[in-house]
Amino acid sequence: MRPNRIPNLPRIRKERLRLTPHPAIELAGIDKSFGAVHANKNINLTVAKGSIHGIIGENGAGKSTLMSILYGFYQADRGEIRIDGKPVTIRDSQTAISSGIGMVHQHFMLVENFTVLENVMLGAEGGQLLAKGVAGARKELKRLETEYGLDVDPDAVIEELPVGKQQRVEILKALYRGAEILILDEPTGVLTPAEADHLFRILKVLRDQGKTILLITHKLREIMAITDEVSVMRRGEMVATRKTAETTVEELAELMVGRRVLLRVEKGEAQPGKVLLSVKNLTVKDSRGVTMVDDVSFDVREGEILGIAGVAGNGQSELLEAIAGIRKPTSGEILIDGQPVAGLDPARLRQIGLAHIPEDRHHMGLVLKFEEYENSVLGYHREPRYGRGALLDLDAIRKDAEEKIAKYDIRPPNPRLKTANFSGGNQQKIVVAREIERDPKMLIIGQPTRGVDIGAIEFIHRRIVEMRDAQKAVLLVSVELDEIRSLSDRIIVMFAGKVVGEKTPDAGEQALGLMMAGIAA
Amino acid sequence: MSTASVPLPNWITYGVLPLLNLLLAFFISGLVVWSIGENPFQALRLLIEGALGRGEAIGFTLFYTTSFIFTGLSVAVAFHAGLFNIGSEGQAYVGGLGAALVALALDHYVPWYVTMPFAVIGAALFGAGWAFIPAWLQAKRGSHVVITTIMFNFIAAALMVYLLVNVFIVPGKMAPETRTFLPGGQLPKLDWLMALFGMKLGPAPFNVSFIIALVMCFLVWLLIWRSKLGYEMRTLGISPSAAVYAGIPYSRTVIIAMLISGGLAGMMALNPVMGASARLQVEFVAGAGFVGIAVSLMGRSHPLGIIFSALLFGILYQGGADLSFEMPNITREMIVVIQGLVILFAGALEYMLRPAMVRIYQQFAGQKSGGK
Repeated sequence: MRPNRIPNLPRIRKERLRLTPHPAIELAGIDKSFGAVHANKNINLTVAKGSIHGIIGENGAGKSTLMSILYGFYQADRGEIRIDGKPVTIRDSQTAISSGIGMVHQHFMLVENFTVLENVMLGAEGGQLLAKGVAGARKELKRLETEYGLDVDPDAVIEELPVGKQQRVEILKALYRGAEILILDEPTGVLTPAEADHLFRILKVLRDQGKTILLITHKLREIMAITDEVSVMRRGEMVATRKTAETTVEELAELMVGRRVLLRVEKGEAQPGKVLLSVKNLTVKDSRGVTMVDDVSFDVREGEILGIAGVAGNGQSELLEAIAGIRKPTSGEILIDGQPVAGLDPARLRQIGLAHIPEDRHHMGLVLKFEEYENSVLGYHREPRYGRGALLDLDAIRKDAEEKIAKYDIRPPNPRLKTANFSGGNQQKIVVAREIERDPKMLIIGQPTRGVDIGAIEFIHRRIVEMRDAQKAVLLVSVELDEIRSLSDRIIVMFAGKVVGEKTPDAGEQALGLMMAGIAA
Repeated sequence: MSTASVPLPNWITYGVLPLLNLLLAFFISGLVVWSIGENPFQALRLLIEGALGRGEAIGFTLFYTTSFIFTGLSVAVAFHAGLFNIGSEGQAYVGGLGAALVALALDHYVPWYVTMPFAVIGAALFGAGWAFIPAWLQAKRGSHVVITTIMFNFIAAALMVYLLVNVFIVPGKMAPETRTFLPGGQLPKLDWLMALFGMKLGPAPFNVSFIIALVMCFLVWLLIWRSKLGYEMRTLGISPSAAVYAGIPYSRTVIIAMLISGGLAGMMALNPVMGASARLQVEFVAGAGFVGIAVSLMGRSHPLGIIFSALLFGILYQGGADLSFEMPNITREMIVVIQGLVILFAGALEYMLRPAMVRIYQQFAGQKSGGK
């Protein structure tokens, strides 16, 4: 990682606060319904100028709706928005921008094959001919970059930039348009821990320069690490606002979910049996011929959870895909119960007893346009219990889906609902239910709780431990180090496609972190 | 976020919205008719009468409808697997060869109901065969099926002209066509069906292939929504990466979907070749393959929707022909404009009115549920 160059700037923050006694944002009595769904109920919120204000809540708590109202995507049914003490009506994103509000979306709104400069200018080109605007924009971009430590090459093409830098371009776009208030929606969902840290440093600089930042997230650690104040939403209501320094993770979790939450996974000693999955000298190349998994070997035994830690993009995804039969390994062996299975297709591997909860439920684990029951058999739809011969037995499939819905508390409990209309946590439960209820011999899991709310995380973690206790072999990949440490019985660390070492879960976070960065083994 | 993510009840999505689009298309068409100095209401009356006024008119309308059902189903099946089969036109053309060969071979020896199943199979096999090469190229070589099927339309046209001019032509005749099939190689007209409703078919070529088309609608529905293969095709069509994850073989599914699509297109030939002209002629498909794209689009790739949209296009074809006969100012080209407007509003602009509809619906639903 390159050292970060954030200039030392005069602290003008306090001064500004004195000059403008009004809070940056005041929301008073905001109310919004979609048909029968009451998404925001009488929301009041005050955000102090020059502060980082976190908004947390589970998926579906109404955070995104509230921010969409603030950014002009939706109109509130009732209530008032005041910016700098002045009441404003935000009809669309144009008004939001002219009121000094900028938004960094969870999914970036960038033109992939444009350069950074072109993206920043887009919609603010300044005239019919580009040349003058380009020169002006380049100068302004330079200023913003140095002022806020946003190190991005203005001539780089977006699709060639890592995700962390793409996000910085989004921030630059907002600043270029004169944003004084910056809304970030789940900004770290796509970032590596190091990139997230870098983002937080940038946000702190922005705050110290007098910008106001609204951070939407469901990750409690981030709230604790960076915010000055935090507001908690639950079921469309603003249930509490706390000074971050005066609250705890436990309190926030309880406020979010509405009951006490177990943040630690309770599990007994592992009783490992014989080796079930064995990977020997496995090498996997991606479509461009770049080696992603480099001579990797490990064993997973019955009744144990082997965790693979590592920063995203160090070969874990490709490793999982190779074991699941999605990606053909270049060389090496994969053995299940001593039988070579490398190169078999996913359907055959399922028959052998390998269940796979994929990293990306939106693109792999689920077909979002399908109704829930259709997804409850994805990959298993050829099994005779779901219909003999060429036809599907829809009654059997729906009955099966209803049983899983009941057992896994999937909400809303409607197998005919389109999968896209379930929350992230419930979507993940659909996948977990499908893969675990098949009673496989072994389970491979990627990012089991990415984009999943706390209540569902607890549930999914318990199911995984139950699988282990039922003497299944479990292979777990996660970029959340906490998750790896609390679930795994053994941990191996991947860096640049290689296994750089093995640790027990009581190894310190720092030791693992250094291995993940490829510094120590 | 936009209104696109707000769910609407089915009766609005599949009932009110298409109807509004259709009305809008007719309204604009009316303006066009009015602008050339004709009375749009008169024109509409003539069009409806021309399509549905008499037994004979209905017979012609349903004859066209039959062709459009086949090609609409063809496009829909491929579409469910994520493939845009633009080649129904050419597949239908070559399918005609399959049907004609069966008819020519059997019409001397057996009655039509013995010939028919072989003709259905022959037409389907030849149509599927014509779809196979683009399918294989897509599955194994990644050549885009849109490009290859368009090319295969041209090749089919050239091939069929060659065969009709050089191979099948009746010696001593000038017309590039086969000999006329005997009754054993023809599909009988459905006079009895019309008679049930007290109507006379007259010379209209409405024939048994209509029933085959309806059977195919049912089979396609069964395939897409009730079979394992259909489930795999839909998975592949919506999310190729989920299909890989689920172990659904890409090449096999693509090829099978295209073969079924080509087979359905091929069966379209039964209608004009064995049901109407009783011989294989050049250009007998007459654009039905392309109309199938619009039919499938408008019918939301669902067999039931396809029956309705095929009927609508049947009405436009037959009624339009009659209209241009009755109102010489409204030329054949004008009818194409009106058909184009229907495709534009009902197909391409199907979501144009949706945001407004969402707003109206939300207000209405909001009052109903949360009206404090």
